[in-house]
Parts: sequence; C-alpha cells; structure tokens
Amino acid sequence: MSLYQVQKFLYHLNRDEETQQAFSTDKAAVLSRYDFLMEEYEALHSGDIGLLYVLGVNGQILMHYAVFLQVEWFDYLQLMREGVDNHGPVRAGIYAMTAGGEQFAETLVTSEDSD
Amino acid sequence: MSLVYAGILSHAPGITGRANLATNTLVRDAFYNCLEDQRKEIEASGAEVLVVVAAEHFANFFMDNMPAYCIGIGEKHHGPVEDAEWLKIPKTSIPGAPDLALRLAKKVMQRVDIAYSEEWKCDHGIMVPLHFLTPNFDMPVVPCNINCQGPPLTPLTRVWRFGEALRQACDEQSEKIAIVGTGGISHWPATPDSGKINEAWDREFLEQLMNQDKQKLLSYSDEDVYDQAGQGGFEIRTLVAAAAAAGGKGDLQFYSAELPIFAVGCTVARFEISS
Repeated sequence: MSLYQVQKFLYHLNRDEETQQAFSTDKAAVLSRYDFLMEEYEALHSGDIGLLYVLGVNGQILMHYAVFLQVEWFDYLQLMREGVDNHGPVRAGIYAMTAGGEQFAETLVTSEDSD
Repeated sequence: MSLVYAGILSHAPGITGRANLATNTLVRDAFYNCLEDQRKEIEASGAEVLVVVAAEHFANFFMDNMPAYCIGIGEKHHGPVEDAEWLKIPKTSIPGAPDLALRLAKKVMQRVDIAYSEEWKCDHGIMVPLHFLTPNFDMPVVPCNINCQGPPLTPLTRVWRFGEALRQACDEQSEKIAIVGTGGISHWPATPDSGKINEAWDREFLEQLMNQDKQKLLSYSDEDVYDQAGQGGFEIRTLVAAAAAAGGKGDLQFYSAELPIFAVGCTVARFEISS
C-alpha cells in the first residue's frame, strides 16, 4: 500500500490550482506522476471517497478532495460510512491506530523534558 | 511584562462553514457572542500583535518534511488555503509582524527546536479564530503551528516547554502581545464520526487546564487521547501551550457539546497572566 503517495497527490490537488486544472482535463496524465497500486489508482480516478477513507487517507486531506468533487458535507460522511460497509475497516494511517498503541511512536520522557 | 492577554478558543471549519446548518441557534449564537467578548477583551488589553498557536492541517507542511513547531515570520500571511465558499471566509492577506516574530523565534529557539516560515499559509485552524478575533484581518499576527496531525507527535512535556519559552520570549519584547491557543478537545473531524464529542473527557481536561494542573496535563498519552478523544484530541497541544504561556489560572467562559454540526466541543477561555 502506498498511502503516502495517495495522500501526497491529494495534498497537491487540494493546494495547487494548476494540478486541479490538469486533473480536471486529464486525470490519467496527472495520476501517472505518482506511484499507486491499482486499487488506489482506481479510487482516485473514480473519486471513490469511501474506499480512499478505508485506504487510510487523513480526513484533513480527504474532506478537501470531497469539496473539489463538489460532494456536500453530509454526503461526504455517508460515503465514508458506505466505504467501511463495502470494504471493511480502515487499513492504514491515523484512523487505523489501535488502543494497543502499536502505531504510536511514544518517546521516553527524559529528565530534561520533565523540568 | 508584554504579554497582555492569553486565552483559548475552538477553530473547526464548521464554526463558519456550516453555521447555517446549526439547529441549536441559541447555543450557536451564545458561542459567537462569547467569541465577540473575547475579541473585545483582546482589544481592551491594548494588544498590538496576536500570536496564534494553532494546529497544522497540511496547509504549510506535508509528511515529506513536517516540523513539530513552526513560527511564521513573514510580512504577510495568506488564507484560507481551503475553498473560500466552503469555509465561508474570503481569501485575504493578513499582516504579519516580521520583526517581532523573528525576535520571538530566536528566543524560543533557545529552549525548543522550531522551524520558521516566511511564506505562511493559513487554513481554517487560524482563519476561523481570526474571523472572530480580528474580523477585518487588520491586526498583525504571528502564527505558530504545532504538528497535531501526523504522528509521531511532539510530547506534551515539550509542548509545555514551548509555551513557557514563548512566554519568556514575549516578556522580553516591548510590544504588547496577546496569545491564543486554538484547537479542539475531543473530536473526530472529517471522519464518519464527525460530530461525536466526549463531553465528560472534555470537561475533565478543561478543569485541569483551568487549574494549571501541569502534572495531569502532561500525563496524557497519545494512545489514551486517541481512544477517548479521537485523533482530533491530539490538538490539546495548542491549548496546553497557551496555558503554559499564561502561567495563571483559567476562566472557562464557554463550553458546549451541543453543536455537533461544528464537529467540536465549542470552547472559549482566558487565563490570568502570572507575574
């Protein structure tokens, strides 16, 4: 899974008007600049919000892609719910963190930090 | 003493962008009125510059190079980076305070490693507070961001030190400075659980924050926060930094979990400034 690449593409799309215009004109050409798995490519090409959520895209990135696609707020929330229904729980990223903390990078508190 | 005001407020995009969808208009308007009171308090304090300690939402940085702390030292800041119609805040430029910001950055750097930026872009995390606190966007602003979004995250112990360092830096300047910390408490923003709020957790945290209970505030682990307060709870860093900067007890002026359309427990508070 190349979640980093998916999120980086969406970060560029969210922030860069030239990327937005290019993507609106020729999705395949813009997507070819990144290294995606087929499932990720298809989710981005089709604007599958639900699958992108399940793949682990951060909501602070994904919700702006939804705005770009002119998806209304409540529809955006529903699409994510349907994504979980259709594809299962979130697979990676910040929303896949477990109560066990496996994906947390807790650091030891040193005496220097605790003063 | 050049720190003349310290406080906190919420910053979610729904606060402006989905205001028309709030069904509990009495509570919504009470919240807005409290934010207006906060604006007046800052104005009455004589503050010349507003330091905003906010949370990074991929406006300035991505995971290719994500600083734990960054201070905006540019002459102007621009925002919102989001769709203006979606946020219902028009795109504008905000005056910076480059000379002061540079002095603050140099001083803070003595205690905490920070990044700096001369090309600051403001997302809703700063634009929503400014919309209420300086509605004409004419007050000079020094933006500071803490990475609360992309783990690994800076430990709360260092957040406290950052707040103290910011305070020390402010105290050495001649300008009158206001500081606000802006973040959510428990919330699950932009997820299917958007609108969920753990009010009991929020109130316990706020009590500790208002009481300057440093030991308890610094005892939160990221995994406990995630479990009880969602990924949005990581933004308590901004509030803890403001408390550390103020040094005095807090006065919770507003809290409500009754505006789920805003996707955050709506909060306004001020702190006494310790001598």
